[in-house]
Amino acid sequence: MEEEPKRHRTRSDGPFFYGLVAIAGAYLLLIVSLLAADAQYVTFASIGEALGNADIQDSIRLTLVTCTVTAILSMVVAVPTGYLLSRFRFPGKRLVDALLDIPILLPPLVIGLSLLILFHQVPILGRTIEEWVAFAFQWITWLRPDIRPGVTFKVPAVILAQFTVSCAFAVRTMKTTFDQIHPRHEDVALTLGCNRSQAFWLVLLPQAWRGVFTGATLAWARALGEFGPILVFAGATRGRTEVLSTTVFLEINIGNLQGAVAVSLLMILLALVVILIVRTVGEKTVLGTAAGQGGGMHA
Amino acid sequence: MLELRAVRVQAGSFELRDLSLQVPRGAYGVLMGKTGSGKTTLLEAVCGLKRVVSGSIHLGEEDITSCRPGDRGIGFVPQDTVLFGNMTVRRHLGFGPEIHGWSRQAIDARCNELAEDLGITHLLDRKPLGLSGGEGKRVALGRALAARPRMLCLDEPFSALDEDTHAEICDLLKRIQQVHHVTTLHITHSRREAERLADVRFRLENGAVQAA
Repeated sequence: MEEEPKRHRTRSDGPFFYGLVAIAGAYLLLIVSLLAADAQYVTFASIGEALGNADIQDSIRLTLVTCTVTAILSMVVAVPTGYLLSRFRFPGKRLVDALLDIPILLPPLVIGLSLLILFHQVPILGRTIEEWVAFAFQWITWLRPDIRPGVTFKVPAVILAQFTVSCAFAVRTMKTTFDQIHPRHEDVALTLGCNRSQAFWLVLLPQAWRGVFTGATLAWARALGEFGPILVFAGATRGRTEVLSTTVFLEINIGNLQGAVAVSLLMILLALVVILIVRTVGEKTVLGTAAGQGGGMHA
Repeated sequence: MLELRAVRVQAGSFELRDLSLQVPRGAYGVLMGKTGSGKTTLLEAVCGLKRVVSGSIHLGEEDITSCRPGDRGIGFVPQDTVLFGNMTVRRHLGFGPEIHGWSRQAIDARCNELAEDLGITHLLDRKPLGLSGGEGKRVALGRALAARPRMLCLDEPFSALDEDTHAEICDLLKRIQQVHHVTTLHITHSRREAERLADVRFRLENGAVQAA
């Protein structure tokens, strides 16, 4: 009994544990220092002033709208894609899996540039995609003559730029979620009379709700932090395509460092809320459904 | 009666060839075999979860070889129970009948009847998390029986149970099988289990089924 603590705290282990703590502590110190530096740089008055600014209010509004639309679109794509990758074997699966990681690995500016080239330099049946979109949605001008339909340098470009990257993260989350739920759940559902679709909607997806929630939250957070692709593909026009990340850029450009830091703090706050939500709800993910795999049958 | 006629099943590189067996109507069949011998693969083929490459599977007069799993009238209890984490015990019992289009009233009556038979009435509003191993097995059994299947397939249903619960579930299974007159195919590697439950016994060895 007395030897137990000694075994855990032998003298020779000391440098190892102190080393771990020192390395982790140094990184933690860097993060806390960044937050503290931002916090000490601004006053409540400057935060109030920034939040009262009409341009920044527009930016907050557009950020909330675009991030939410992006998160929804990402999940619409990520749930079936994650399911496909998790459950089925098909030719070229490895390639598809690798391609889905490209938006995560590519430099953000390259994504923006690629979107710009795709929409303006790739002709399909004699027109670029941008021209096709403008053509398809020209009826909008009959209702609202002040609106010119299109994607590039407009709000849809903000959403598409955010979506391109966010969706890749959402797909990864959903694949991991489905991987953690044993396919036998669907097998049992099939023997109970379900077809594949019913097994998915009635049995699998309800058990994956924490993963869906985590995926959507991560997609939202990723969209919030997106900057490079938005700048290149949507621009940073005040009152039109300005979101919080571009607001920081614009405020720095006009020399309003206080305003830029105030907006940054707002983004940090939003990111912290997202992290807390993911930690408290999402981290359990489907492990909470382990019971359904027999693993939760503990008295 | 369940009859397998020269069934060939392939699962990746693993293959079972020329499997034939008969479990008479209403009988309790036990299939034994070593780990990795293909017992689960065979059971999944009977349930329609693994594709039969050649041969045929008959249940009663019907050739069910190419039927969808849900149209075979087979209740399946997998080895690891596989309860649905988001559903209450009541919903587990009512799920099969609901999918088969039973009326609400008939579903409720069936849930209550099964819960009483299986001794899980007090658990009806609980979710799987926190149920004991024995309780989980009872729920899985009830779920498989709910839509009145013609046959029951049990994949090592006593795995991970302590001695007392093992005996208790063993008695329950035999009683339920007799009460519901359901043809049963139970796979296990326990000779003791086979002796206790089986009307007919088989052994799966080197890819072939023999009477044991």
